[in-house]
Amino acid sequence: MSADPGSNRRPEAGAFFQRDRTWHPPALTPGYKSSVLRSPQKALLSFDNTLSEISGPVFGHAMLGELDNDLIHNFARPGESAIGERIIVHGRVLDERGVGVAGALLEFWQANAGGRYRHKKDGYLAPLDPNFGGCGRAITGEDGSYAFRTVKPGPYPWPNGPNDWRPAHIHFSVFGHGFAQRLITQMYFEGDPLIWKCPIVRGIADRAAIEALTALLDTQATIPMDALAYKFDIVLRGRRSSLFENRLEGN
Amino acid sequence: MAQSLDRLKESPSQTAGPYVHIGLTPNFCGIAGVYASDLGATMVNDRTKGERIKLNIRVLDGTGTPLKDALVEIWQADAAGLYNSPAEMRGAADPNFLGWGRCPTDMETGLCVFETIKPGRVPFRDGRLMAPHITLWIVARGINLGLHTRLYFSDEEKANGEDPILARIEHRVRVPTLVAERQGDDYVFDVHLQGEKETVFFDS
Repeated sequence: MSADPGSNRRPEAGAFFQRDRTWHPPALTPGYKSSVLRSPQKALLSFDNTLSEISGPVFGHAMLGELDNDLIHNFARPGESAIGERIIVHGRVLDERGVGVAGALLEFWQANAGGRYRHKKDGYLAPLDPNFGGCGRAITGEDGSYAFRTVKPGPYPWPNGPNDWRPAHIHFSVFGHGFAQRLITQMYFEGDPLIWKCPIVRGIADRAAIEALTALLDTQATIPMDALAYKFDIVLRGRRSSLFENRLEGN
Repeated sequence: MAQSLDRLKESPSQTAGPYVHIGLTPNFCGIAGVYASDLGATMVNDRTKGERIKLNIRVLDGTGTPLKDALVEIWQADAAGLYNSPAEMRGAADPNFLGWGRCPTDMETGLCVFETIKPGRVPFRDGRLMAPHITLWIVARGINLGLHTRLYFSDEEKANGEDPILARIEHRVRVPTLVAERQGDDYVFDVHLQGEKETVFFDS
């Protein structure tokens, strides 16, 4: 696919900044037991991005349904809505250069207000909410912005240590412009004391990196008498400037 | 004090967890009616150009047990070796082929099946052709950062022998971990997360 007809803006096609693997959790984090047998142990093969990593699929706004970014209603019976604290989650997808990433597909999923997932593997005794499915999606605008409406997920116990609890969180899957930017992460909520006790969170070594996954209450974006708001920005790998780049064949 | 580079840090990754299906393949796990179909479930239509192939992929843990809660995404060029992406500067890819697919591993068998087409060859940075390959991205409970690797094809021996990425693998005994075995019209590919047969994963 080439640039939009009539546009003089060259699509960006540079390689991405290398990933700082000391900032991400390492593959093996023994406090999170599932990582023990699922973590590669040999050295990774490092190489500069080829076109296979630089390129990536594009998803158009046309694929979105009207309620895709409204988890309060997208699984609810007509006239009903999900139970829980009504919240708006909004923010921007940026790259490491601070540039908004337009057209990024975000998919999110979460437990209901009681901390229960609509999944046959989840046996937590908190009840399912018949009006809550737990999934939604959005595509960022020109400036990288997105927003969705949901209920605040509850914390829940999980089988790891004898008494481990996940902090309230929302899972995010993000597509940028290149497949090398592909990322899955989790958003936590400001002030939750469970964040600092969680073996999954604690796989991240740097406190600043954990704070980067913690959304702030944003009273400016609140809808009075309706919903609180949290702001959560997501940062994807930045693209190198291709000004002095070795040229790809045919480029 | 010197100037600041004024760069942000990439958001740190967190595991997709055991309920990744809710977000990425809700219909697969019984959440019907939110999306008409699961994204990436179908890759080809009857106008897609190229040789139809089927990939049977499994992801195995350090004990050799297949993961039953993993999710695999693939990204590939079309039959002519063009990516359906704005970063593709060499021409227009097949409009009937996005080149991206998504499949959860079966909850009983751990098998992940993609029906796609054989990709054409794509140039490396210096213009040499890479062998036909498909990029894989694997997430699951217990995987803290999505794993990148590639699937090459066992019946592309000559092209594989010239591939600049395969050539960089120091321990040649590990090259076959990236090569899917042809069995009839299917390709079989086991990803080993650990152990003697650990797949070569990428940092790119």
